[in-house]
Amino acid sequence: MFRRRGDGLIASAMLAPAIAILSIFVVYPLGRAVWLGHLRCDATGRKCRTSGWMQYFDVLRSSDFQHALKVTFVYALLTVPAGLVIGVGLAVLADKQIRGIGFFRTIFSSTVATSVAVASLIWFVLLQPQVGLLPDMLSMFGVMKNPGLLNDAGTALPAIAITSIWANLGFTFIIVTAALQSIPAELFESAMMDGAGGWKRFTNVTIPMLSPTLLFVSVVLVTRAFQAYAEVDLLTKGGPNPERSTETVTYLIYGQTSLVKNDIGLKSTTAVLLFVILLVLSLVQFRSLERRVHYGN
Amino acid sequence: MATNTAVAKQQKSWRIYGRYALLMLVTLIVVFPIYATVLSAFKSGPDSLDHPRSLLPTGLTLDTMRAAWNLGHMGRLLWNSLFVSVAVTIGVIITSVLAAYAFTFINFRGRRFVFGFCLATLLVPVEATVVINQRLIDSFGWKNSYQGLIVPLLATAFGIFLIRQVFMTVPKELIEAASLDGVGHFGLLREVAMPLARPTLGALALFTFLGTWNQYLWPQAVVDDQEHRTIQIGLDALRSADINRFNLITAGTVIGALPIFVVLVAFQRQLVRGLTAGAIKG
Repeated sequence: MFRRRGDGLIASAMLAPAIAILSIFVVYPLGRAVWLGHLRCDATGRKCRTSGWMQYFDVLRSSDFQHALKVTFVYALLTVPAGLVIGVGLAVLADKQIRGIGFFRTIFSSTVATSVAVASLIWFVLLQPQVGLLPDMLSMFGVMKNPGLLNDAGTALPAIAITSIWANLGFTFIIVTAALQSIPAELFESAMMDGAGGWKRFTNVTIPMLSPTLLFVSVVLVTRAFQAYAEVDLLTKGGPNPERSTETVTYLIYGQTSLVKNDIGLKSTTAVLLFVILLVLSLVQFRSLERRVHYGN
Repeated sequence: MATNTAVAKQQKSWRIYGRYALLMLVTLIVVFPIYATVLSAFKSGPDSLDHPRSLLPTGLTLDTMRAAWNLGHMGRLLWNSLFVSVAVTIGVIITSVLAAYAFTFINFRGRRFVFGFCLATLLVPVEATVVINQRLIDSFGWKNSYQGLIVPLLATAFGIFLIRQVFMTVPKELIEAASLDGVGHFGLLREVAMPLARPTLGALALFTFLGTWNQYLWPQAVVDDQEHRTIQIGLDALRSADINRFNLITAGTVIGALPIFVVLVAFQRQLVRGLTAGAIKG
């Protein structure tokens, strides 16, 4: 470690840009939002009056927030388990060293290249009743109704979920494939010696060895579900209405038709509540990373 | 004995065929949305509407792509995304390297506290700060400007943390030797620390670029004019351009996805290594 005169000054100069950006655009806005969270404001945002710190609980208990929370939970339930099962299935399927496997791995990783906006627009067209190819196929099974999956209150959220599962597949596949490759081959060999069949090896060796990775991936996917915004904005705008069937928590705050759009106080309250939810998820994520390190050793 | 092994061999090869069949089937399902999108982008409007079921690459034309390019101002959108993403990437590299150097090689008072402060910002998601940042940018007069899109993203705790991890692997003896030789901080940074950090800087650049390019919420919050719109939020405009021409949207989507596809093909190995390093090793 260097110890020289003037080091403090040099250190300050080197840290100044990063600290300034992080303070002004991360820490200050968060603190400001927590403060504004107890106010009610008019549309200009200049005239505010206190509503009391109980506003956080009022919003939390409000039917609008509860509704958005429920939508988000359902969305997570629709996307995470299915995404996990499909991702693990693909990774196991492509885990064997056979000819041409590189090609299949590239294909299965490929959706990592699509942004949420691109994935949403791809599926927006596919799901249109007039043009989409998917509705044609679905209508054969009698699933498809005329207004289209995205315009039906019962199917809009599952339709967005399909988009998300598809878009996240590449990420899950890459992570699980890497984890599979890090499982020592001896474990499988000794399981085979004990006479364990393919399914038994999967449940007794693969799944336990993958469990820290699976925990990590599920937390990332749940976090993404709670951050869901672009897909809702592009596919349904929170609708169909009046059910607001796809209004996630993030969309409740930032959507075009947001109920709290014109009240910076209420908007802050809701944003801080979302922050607390995501904070809990990040802490779980860090714990899962820690566990994974111990596992590796 | 001999027949037994022959049967076993046959069974094994059937199993491999089965696996290939399954792989092919899944490939079709995963690729289908991309195939259908690309195909319709190269068909003319009425054609794809008349024959929604025709998945054959017939009657291909560049007209739709051209129309989408012009109607959607794609050149502008792509340029904006590129400019913002490159600027943010360069900025993040600079602020991360400088801060990581100070945290690793300089012993100053309050170092632990300041580092803890940086690390804590890792826990604050964009979704929690856009409410206030939008007003902040307004008050700076940065609405509809590149500054508004770029400046708030110029430093990340993730970048600082990542580079610091690498700098910490520089052997103590090397630092002491450099110090005895009278090498200054910038000499140490340039000659010792930076060469060591090069692969990690590459990964950081890749992830910062992709992350910035793919943003949606923030650009939508600061920009509502045609001039500064990025590709992610600008693609939406094609939907209202002509309600009856869905393949304008698919053409725009293809144009919007292409640059990232190229980047990922070029840097596939770094991407996979970066993703799994974060996930597997922690």
